[in-house]
This record gives sequence, C-alpha cells and structure tokens, in this order.
Amino acid sequence: MGFKNIPMSTVKPSENKQALFNAKIRAEIDKWIAKYPPEWRQSAVMGALMIVQREHGGSLTPELMDNVAAYLDMAPIAVYEVGSFYSMYEHKPVGRHKICVCTNVSCMINGADQIVEYLEQKLNARLGGTSADGKYTLKEVECLGACGGAPMFQIGEKYYENLTPELIDSILDGLEE
Amino acid sequence: MANEVCFRNMDQDRPWLLEQYRARGGYEMLSRILKEKMPPEKIIDEVKASGLRGRGGAGFPTGLKWSFINRNAPGHKYVVCNSDEGEPGTFKDRDILRYNPHQLIEGMVIAGYAIGATCGYNYIRGEFWEPYERFEAALEEARSAGFLGNDLFGSGFDFQLHSHLGAGAYICGEETALLESIEGKKGQPRYKPPFPAHFGLYGCPTIINNTESLASIPVILEKGGAWFKGLGVENSGGSKLFSISGNIKNPGVFEIPLGTPFSELLEMAGGMKEGSRIKAVIPGGSSAPILPGDVMMDLTMDYDAIAKAGSMLGSGAVIVLDDSNCMVKVLERMSYFYHEESCGQCTPCREGTGWLYRVVNRIETGRGRPEDLDLLDDMTVKIAGRTICALGDAAAMPVQGMLKHFRDEFEYHIEHKRCLVG
Amino acid sequence: MSDDQMVTVEVDGRQLKAKAGTLLIEVTDAAGINIPRFCYHKKLSVSANCRMCLVEVAKVPKPLPACATPVNEGMQVFTRSPLALAAQKGTMEFLLINHPLDCPICDQGGECELQDVALGYGNDSSRFVEGKRVVPERDIGPLIATDFTRCIHCTRCVRFGAEIAGVRELGATGRGEHMEIGTYIEKSVDSELSGNIIDVCPVGSLTSKPYLYSARAWELVQREAVAAHDSVGSNLNLHVRRNRVMRVHPRDNEAVNECWISDRDRFSYEGLYSGERLLRPLLKKGNEWQEVEWQDALEAVAQGLKRARGTSGNRLGALLSGNSTLEELYLAQKLMRGLGSENIDYRLRQSDFRSTSATAPWLGQPIAALEALGAALLIGSNIRKDQPMLAHRVRKAALEGAEVTFLNPFEVDLNYRARHLVAAPSAMLGELAAVAKALGIKGKLVNGVEVSDAHKAVAESLKSAERSTVLLGNMATAHPDFSLLRSLASDIAEASGSILGFLPESANSVGAALSGALPGDGGSNAGEMLGNVHKGYLLLGVEPTKDSWNPAKAQATLQQAEFVVALNAFRDQGLEQVADVILPIAGYAETSGTFVNAQGDWQSFGGAVAPAGEARPAWKILRVLGNLLDLSGFDQVSSEEVLAELKATLGERKPDNGGVASGEEEIRLNGNGLVRVGDVPIYAADPLVRRAESLQRTKDAMAAGIYINAETAKTLGLAPGDFATALQEEGRSKLPVFIDATIPAGCARIPAALAGTETLGGQIDNLTLEKA
Ligand SMILES: Cc1cc2nc3c(=O)[nH]c(=O)nc-3n(C[C@H](O)[C@H](O)[C@H](O)COP(=O)(O)O)c2cc1C
Ligand code: SF4
Ligand code: FES
Repeated sequence: MGFKNIPMSTVKPSENKQALFNAKIRAEIDKWIAKYPPEWRQSAVMGALMIVQREHGGSLTPELMDNVAAYLDMAPIAVYEVGSFYSMYEHKPVGRHKICVCTNVSCMINGADQIVEYLEQKLNARLGGTSADGKYTLKEVECLGACGGAPMFQIGEKYYENLTPELIDSILDGLEE
Repeated sequence: MANEVCFRNMDQDRPWLLEQYRARGGYEMLSRILKEKMPPEKIIDEVKASGLRGRGGAGFPTGLKWSFINRNAPGHKYVVCNSDEGEPGTFKDRDILRYNPHQLIEGMVIAGYAIGATCGYNYIRGEFWEPYERFEAALEEARSAGFLGNDLFGSGFDFQLHSHLGAGAYICGEETALLESIEGKKGQPRYKPPFPAHFGLYGCPTIINNTESLASIPVILEKGGAWFKGLGVENSGGSKLFSISGNIKNPGVFEIPLGTPFSELLEMAGGMKEGSRIKAVIPGGSSAPILPGDVMMDLTMDYDAIAKAGSMLGSGAVIVLDDSNCMVKVLERMSYFYHEESCGQCTPCREGTGWLYRVVNRIETGRGRPEDLDLLDDMTVKIAGRTICALGDAAAMPVQGMLKHFRDEFEYHIEHKRCLVG
Repeated sequence: MSDDQMVTVEVDGRQLKAKAGTLLIEVTDAAGINIPRFCYHKKLSVSANCRMCLVEVAKVPKPLPACATPVNEGMQVFTRSPLALAAQKGTMEFLLINHPLDCPICDQGGECELQDVALGYGNDSSRFVEGKRVVPERDIGPLIATDFTRCIHCTRCVRFGAEIAGVRELGATGRGEHMEIGTYIEKSVDSELSGNIIDVCPVGSLTSKPYLYSARAWELVQREAVAAHDSVGSNLNLHVRRNRVMRVHPRDNEAVNECWISDRDRFSYEGLYSGERLLRPLLKKGNEWQEVEWQDALEAVAQGLKRARGTSGNRLGALLSGNSTLEELYLAQKLMRGLGSENIDYRLRQSDFRSTSATAPWLGQPIAALEALGAALLIGSNIRKDQPMLAHRVRKAALEGAEVTFLNPFEVDLNYRARHLVAAPSAMLGELAAVAKALGIKGKLVNGVEVSDAHKAVAESLKSAERSTVLLGNMATAHPDFSLLRSLASDIAEASGSILGFLPESANSVGAALSGALPGDGGSNAGEMLGNVHKGYLLLGVEPTKDSWNPAKAQATLQQAEFVVALNAFRDQGLEQVADVILPIAGYAETSGTFVNAQGDWQSFGGAVAPAGEARPAWKILRVLGNLLDLSGFDQVSSEEVLAELKATLGERKPDNGGVASGEEEIRLNGNGLVRVGDVPIYAADPLVRRAESLQRTKDAMAAGIYINAETAKTLGLAPGDFATALQEEGRSKLPVFIDATIPAGCARIPAALAGTETLGGQIDNLTLEKA
C-alpha cells in the first residue's frame, strides 16, 4: 500500500484545537471537514487554507499552515505541499484587492496586454507587485474560464469581463478602501 | 434545434432556481427512477444508447465508463463531477453551474443510483466562487426538497452531494489529479491502471464525468437515448455546448447539435470582428492542434470530422484567430501555460514543457536559431505519450499543429528576428 | 486475475515465468535484464514518474513504464527496441538539461545511478542552451548533506519518509519545474532511519554529511560487517580507505534488515576516530596514568589478578559488555573460570535477577515474523529507538491492521497508531496483572487488580489474533521487578496463545548468554558484583558510569576493589577513576568475530581495518592473558578457532525463553513518592555511539535532564529551565528540568548513560527531587 492511498494523518492528533483559530474560522473549517469521511480530515485542507488565507489578509505563512496541519491532524509538510502547489494561495503579503488578470490566448488576442499595461501604469505596480498604498496587488493568471468576456480579470471573488480602460476606472473606483 | 439539453432552460427567468427547474419537469426523472426502482442496468443501457461521449475533452463513451463499475463490490463508491474547467478557451461548465445547477444535481444523483454510489463530489475550480455559491444554494434547495439526503422518495436510496473547491491548478482537471486534490493533496495525476472505476476516490470505485456530461443525463433519460443520439451525427451523439471566443463579434456558449458546420457556429457568434479575416481556429481548447481558417470553414463540429482534419473536438472550446495574430506569439503564450501548469512529476513534462516554452520564447524575442524548429519537433515526440497524464500530449500538440500549418511564420521569425504579421 | 496464476512473458526474446500481475521490472530484475530506472525502488510504492524505464510492449503504441506495468500471459516486451531506446534516451536528455553535471566534485560521482545510465543513454552534447535551474543550499541537520540542484525529482526520499521512516519530513513543494524536494521551512530531518535517504537517492542530492568531500567512490574498498549496537545485527558494507572506515552502507538481507539500516548503525563509525580513542596501554602508577608497553601492562594485569584472587577465584568478578563478540566473551569467561571464578555477567543494566536461569533470551520468532503479527504487547520498550529495525517490522504489521499495545512508564513516540498503557514504573506490574487477569490468570500478583476495558481489549487482541506476541524490552529488563513482569508476560503469552519474546538490548546479548558470560553455580551476578566489593575485576568494553544499572553504586564498589583491569577502546573518566590497568582493544570494525542477533543468527565478520594505535583485538589479549596466568586452553590462533571451540562446547544449545521463576513474588519497587525512569537514549547506548559526533548533534541525542509533567513540576515547585537535584539512595545529580506531557504522575524521566547522570543511582528506582 503506497502512501498515495492512505490518509497521511499524524499519529498523535493535536489536542488543543481550540487554540489554533478563532471560533468563526473553526466553524467554517468544520463545515468542510463534515463533507468528507471522518478519517479523511485532510480533505478539508484546501478549504481550510482558503479560509485562513482570507481571514489573515490574503496570504499564508508557515505558522498559519502549521496551524492548519495541527487542526487537520496532518504533517506540516503535507500542508506546505498543498499550499505551494495551488496558485491561489499567496505566500507573500498582498494588497487589499488582488487583481488577477488573465493573459491567456483568448484574452491576449483581445487586448489583455494593453489591460495589463493600463493597470501597471494606473497602479504604478508591476505584475506580481503591490501598489505603494498597499491597496492593490496585480497578478497574472492563466485562463479563468471566461473567455467569452475577454479581456477579463478577477478581483476577490468576482469576475469582471469585457474590460476597457474606462470600465477598469469605474470598477476600481467602486472598490472599498 | 439549439438549446435542447443543458441549455434548455435558458429562456426562463432566473433559471437556476429549483422552482423554475421543477416547472420544466425537473427531478421527475429521478423521482420516477427511484419510485419505480428502475434497474440500474437499464439506465446505463439508455446512456449507452444515447451515444453520449464525455464532454470533458477525451470523448470517452459515458455509458461504457459507468458499466466498468462493479455495483456489487463492497464498500463505498463515488460519483465525481469535474467542474474544474481549466482548458484555455473553455467556459461552458461555468454556465451550467450558474444557470442550470439542478440539472447537474439530478444527473449526479441518477449516476449515483446507476453505479451504486451514495456520495458525490462536484469539484469546482477555485476561481469560480460565484458559480460555487450558486451551486451551493442549489444543493441547499435540493436537500430541503428531499432530492438529496437519505432514503430519497422512500426508496431506501441515500445520496449525499458536496462541492469541493479547487485553488488554482489546471492539472486538477485531469481526473486522477482531481481525486488526489479531493483527498487533500497536491493535484498530481495517478498512474493508470488502476483506473478510477476500480480505485478512485479514497481508493473506492469512482466515476468521474464532466459537468456537461452529467447535466445531460436527466434529459437523455427523459427523452430517451435514441432521441439524444438523433440530435447529432454518426459517432457524435447529441448536442453539445461550444464555448467560442477570440476575434469574433459575439463570443459565448452555444448549444448546437454535433455535426453542425463550423461556419454556422461562427455565424451564431456574430462572425469575425469588423474588418478582420479568419486566419486559424483552435477547435477544441488550447491543447487541440490549431487548424487554418479555410480548413475549418469546411468542417462540421463533431468528433470524427475534426479528428480527420488533424485536430480534436476536445471540450468544445473554439478559439478563432484573425490574421492580425502572430502565431509565434500565440504559441509562446500557450507553451507558457503548459509549462506553468505541469504538475512536475514526470520528467518529460516537467523538463520538456519548460524547454519548449524557452525555445518558442527565444524565437518570439528574436533569438531563435535555424535548428530550433527541428528541436521543437523532436521534443514534442519525446514528451507526447511518455507521461503519466495527457498534459504532456496537451503541451506537445499545439506545437505540432503550429509547426505543421504555420511553419513559415516561425522560420520568418528566426531569420528576420521579427514578426511576419503587423 | 487469481493471485497465484503463473504466466509466461517474453522479454527480448527470452521466455520468463512470473506470477500474473507482478510488475514487469520485478520480473526483468529477477532475470537479470537491466532496465534503467530512477523512481522505482523495490521497497517503496510505485510512482512511475521518472519515465526512465519505458519499454516497448507488443500491440501497445506507446512505450510503457516497466515499473508500473503488470505482466500478463503472452505479453511480449522489448527493452532495447528502437522505440524503447528512443524513449529512454528522450527521458535521459530531459533529465540532464537541468542537472548540473558537476560529477567531478559530487560525492555521488562514481556510484551515481544518473551518471551510470547517462553513459549508456545520454548524448554527448546538450542541445539545451538555456540557463540551468539552481536550488539554494538547505540545511536538514547534522547527518545529511543536500544539494537539490542535482535533484531529479524521483521522490524516492519523500516516499521513504512517508512509507518506511513513517514520518513525513521531506516533501515535494511547488509545482512543475519549480517543484523542490525539501522540508520547505528550515528544519532538520530527525527520523532514526533518516540516513537511508542517502541510499535511495539515485544522484548526489542527498549525501552523507560526515563523509562529505572526504573520499571518492573509487578509492574505497568495500568490507562486509555486522552492526554493533542493537540486537538486529543489521548487515553492513563498510567503505574503507587507507585503513579508515569512511562510511557505512546497508547490505541487503531480507531476513534481517531488508535493505535499510538505522542512523546509529550508519554513523556510529565516527566514534572510532574520536579523540578519546585509547591508543596505548595505560597503567596507573600512584595516582598517575602512564602509557606503557604491552608487555608491562599484561604483566601488571596478570600479577594484579593473581594477587586479588589470592586463594579463591571467587574474589574475582568479570563484567562484560553485550556488544563484545562471541569470541571475546567466550575467552573472557573461560579466563575467569580458569581462575576459579563463577562471577561473570553481561547483564549490567539489570537489577532483578530472581528468575534467572541459564537461558539466552531472544526474540522467540524470526524478525520477519513480526511483520505478520495480528497483535503485539510490548512491555517496557521504546523499540523505535532501541531496536529501530525491529520497530520497522512491527510498524508494518500495525499498518496492516495489527493491534499493538505498549505498556511503558511514559508514552513513547511512535510512527503509527497504537494503544498506550502508560503507568509509573511501580504501577506497570498492576497494569500487566490486569491484562493477565482479563485472560483468566490467577495468582498473588493478579489478586485485587482492577480490569478495565483497555486491559480486556489487550487480552482480547492477543487471544483473537492468529499470530500474536508479548515482548519485553529494555525498560522491562531494567525494572526492579523484572522477574515479575517476565513471569506475568510469560503467563499472558501462554494464556493468549502468543509467542513470548525479548527485545535483546545489545548486538550480542543473545550470544553473550550462549557464550557462558553468566554466573555459574554460586557465582555473583552483575548486581551482586557491583553491590558487594570483590577483590578484583575484569571489565570488557564496559564504562561503569554509563553502562551499569546503578552507576553511583557501581563506581563506589569498583573503587574499593584491590585491582581492576579494563579492556576498552576508549579513554573514559569513570574507568580511569576505578581501574588500575586499561588495555586498548580493537574497536568495532577493527576485529573479526561473531554476533548472535535477536532471532538467533550467528553472524561472523572479519576485521575491516587495523586497530587504532597499539590497540589489539580483545580475544587476542585475553588469550595472551590466559597464557600469562598459566591457564590451559588459550592457544587459539584465530578467532575462527575460538568460535569453533565455543560451538563444540555448546552442542545443540539454542536461545531459549523458558525462564525458571524463583517463585519469589515480593514486589520490590514501592510506589511511594517519585520513581525515576532512566531509559537509555538511542545515541547513548554504548561507548562507540556515545562518541559518534554527528549523531550527538541530532535531536535524538537527548540532553540530560529531569523530564516531568506539568502537574508534577507544579507540586514540586519546579518550572521548565529550573535546575533540580535528583537524589537517589546512593547518588545525586543537579540537572535542568523539562516539562514533558508524556510522563505520567509519580514519575521523573532522567535518561541514563548521558553526561551528568554518572552520579545517579538505579535506572528505575525511587527518587526525590529538590529545587536546586
Ligand atoms: C491536463 C488535463 C486537463 C483536463 N481538464 C479537464 C477539465 O477541466 N474538465 C473536464 O471535465 N475534464 C478535463 N480533463 C479530462 C478529464 O481527465 C476526464 O477525462 C474527464 O473529466 C472525464 O469526464 P467525461 O468523460 O465526462 O469527459 C482534463 C484532462 C487532462 C489530461
Ligand atoms: S504529464 Fe505533466 S502534468 Fe501530467 S502527471 Fe506528468 S508531470 Fe504531471
Ligand atoms: S522507474 Fe519506472 S517511471 Fe521511474
């Protein structure tokens, strides 16, 4: 039996799970845990990382991942593996709004490069960087499955499609501080 | 004859609500199946008869896939829906989640009944937060209405359904990577065999189907396999969602019968943008080899026709490119994608996709060498078919397609250190 | 597919028979057909990700990985067809594009799987003109050097950790080309089996840190050896250059250590080269130690022993190490008996000798049988640290569903789930009695004990499992009521249909008993020898302040002796306080000999290097002494001859667990107040490993200290970081306090054999703590 098939849970579950996260976060993670078979707590790791990232300013730290590991009875390295594999987890501080611009083919041929250029100038930040006021982080992403609305980007949980400079101005103006 | 199956509710107001779904007879098929205790074999036979081929890209016959599950094997079995929708150019499953979530739920419950599963997961890509919430709301509705849960319709059949949210990894669309991901791991594909039908989620027999495949099930059973099959053409039963994007006027998702001429689809999408001429089409998502526009204009949209032309129908993601596009740049972007998204376990894919991208990037930036095209050709041969999953092939095929049809543009780039177009 | 169905496959034109479903690579390996591979490892799960083993299978258009393809009837395979070779070469080219090709400075150079395969499959020049990937340095602890720039991502090390070591320490983080093997954050790899990742790594990504850049593979000569620490007797290959052991690798032996070894067996050779190595005979003149010629030293010993003996051999005693060879032990006891003494013992960490007999306690079953257990009860054992390769077998059984129970004075750290009955030493007896009672056993020890559900569950697991065992470990042996634990264990084993076994402590514990290193009629055992002053002592490989049950008492006793001769490989302060002559003996790897391991294998080995300085093999020294003392039968010219003589005297005698109970059932350890648990940490077990520098820098090399739970600390007014004085009947020591939740109430774990514990009393005995 290879390790691919067995839950890679730790031998000694951590006892003081209460101390790891506040009640709100625990309640949310618990909802994810409840979706999976009891011996597969680790199935909730992606949900947990997402919640923890959101509740801690949009990025993860090794300490936060350690807490997720303890909460789910996983080896910390197993959480680091997951945390570093998926591109939506951030490991450096990000701005209050993360702007994920798709530059894949459909968007590219519909002007994604100009959208990126416009954003870089407007926010005075490069792709991968954060604006000086800490409000925006600009990120290049792969196809977001909205090519019908190319060019497009995602901010937070929302998609914005058929972007033009004017539309971008009004979208950013409408975002909370 | 459009919008017969997955989009048949598109004319309704707020079609995602349970109430609306039921107004069209939604969940009646499920109710009939459970009340009549319809033999599972009968369901599977009907699906087989429909000629439904997997809509996720590989086009594997769905009924046949289901029949691989040993219903009588002890222990759990699972139904998993693949709503990862990561293939560049594809954006149809998002619409099913947003506009017709109940049809997907009903399809999954029926699939569960057919294979003897009592639990299902819908794997939704992490960026699809809004569709996820829509789907979650539909799950809640279905649970309270008694279409999900224990002892459905007093039949003794239990079925739980949950969604699992991805977090940004194209590879999780590959079915076994997806299973690994649900198991709380990196999305690294498993070597097959064993196939998921024997050793799937949590080591249990599992079927995995694309969102569109599963959402088609209730209609297929309601109207009959033969009806569905009749919508399409030989070897390509039914109608299918096409995501069409690129340099066209009205990009979007269209449900049309398989076998519809490409030119008609293009027309539905408003034709080319003002003043632009069609140059090339990627007919089935970015891993499908590109075809010249004139070749495409003579093709019908079905599995065989596209395959005969040297490409594939894939997920039905059609990217239309006009003649302002530099093919080197297009390939550079696509190669970058596969390089970024390789999970990293197989040597040819991990090392090869990076190398491919770097060589195309050199050509694009004017540092190409005459021997580079042979090198690219050779590399694709060494990647394709030699990896655990088909991402290796997916990375190789676009290169092969480009070099086959647009080699001259690459040669020009290498020789003149600049673009042939623009 | 039925499991045992045999099929015939054709590989490169050869017809091969195999069980249906066997992996193709296993079939070809068995037939000696070489298919290149990197990720496949016979003991690890199949990952099929390196794509090096691609071969052509008839009727399959794509090449298939031999490591993941099960064979079936009539399959036709071509391992070197154009398709197969093209696939293998293709993979090789990809593997090399980001590999640094720094073979000239790489420690793996000359024994690198990548280098070997590249010679056969690589191209001479690379078509890759882009920059190569570089991964920054990572420190993963004192034992393993890393250079992940060389990594080819086969993930063998990661799978080793998860599947064999049983702890996930290494992982593959990041994705695609950015995937990196490592610990992600700066962290050491702490498993007691960690060194095996050096062997599983096919390239020079993971190499031995102590060995780093010290030799090239082709300068090394390989010599077979047997590990000298625990009773597994792991088979080793020593790599020697110019008379120095440079490093140690496992030698495959499925029945003993499979293909693994513990870090202790791998890195302890460093101790041979410690600055404390004794290079010349030492003679105490007045209070001064002087280096003397062998002749003078031996004369002094002969005279000293004669004088101490006087008219009765009984005035002499011999304390022998269980890590000595059979030949050494045999001659030592023969010498003593020749001098008329029956005071001979190797059981220095034992204090209860009530149920002794002339048996040689052993595992009671083959090592490999541990894997097939359905249930096990381990009493007083930290098996994972004490006998790591036995622990590995028990873990395998546990992963297959065996119910494993530990009865210990603290909760030992395990790499699988098990039932823990944790009880202060004085309460262990009651716990065991409760299990006995649950099995319907009657008797004085069982009277009045309460049986809980857990006890019933243990009893039930032993009774219902098809194969079960009851094992006594190092802490059981050191228990003041060992004989009672043993007799209960034996009753439990009998009543539940389990095998009774011992987890012998030292490399040659079983052999020591067979060799006659036990008191004869009327002779004193180790406890008596170290409790009542004898006139003269012979110590062999023993450092009394670290290697005896009650170091304070041992030291005081030896100090009062008239004459003490020690045969040792090292200088040792404690020894120098009590001895009159110290003779330098050849260390591990420097002498030929034989060990008998836990399952009763007699494993002989030759000397791999010459003894350091003027040190001599102990068997030769003992032989010369025999002659100097005018004893007969000391004319052997080789260790083989000594062995043959022992074999002849033993006849058919085999190890045997049938102890003879003395019938005395008095409980000696009272449970009033605090009891010390003085287990011996893994890297403190014997003189050699105590001096292995790199091992001493690992986490498992525990700091001497007082480990108590928070409750106990509070009652005593102690806080972590405080110093407290531990007081035992004969000894005391001031040590730092650590809080450890795995220690039960009424108990203080003060590990033995560590610097700072030499002045303490019994390993498991009453104790008081005072804030210092
Ligand atoms: C790299 C890769 C990515 C894939 N991405 C998706 C995807 O996003 N959605 C999907 O349904 N299938 C995807 N697939 C195909 C799935 O592996 C699988 O064949 C499909 O989900 C089966 O469902 P179907 O038979 O209904 O098509 C992908 C395959 C590969 C190799
Ligand atoms: S082909 Fe690529 S993506 Fe697929 S398993 Fe191999 S490395 Fe991962
Ligand atoms: S050895 Fe078979 S793929 Fe690595």
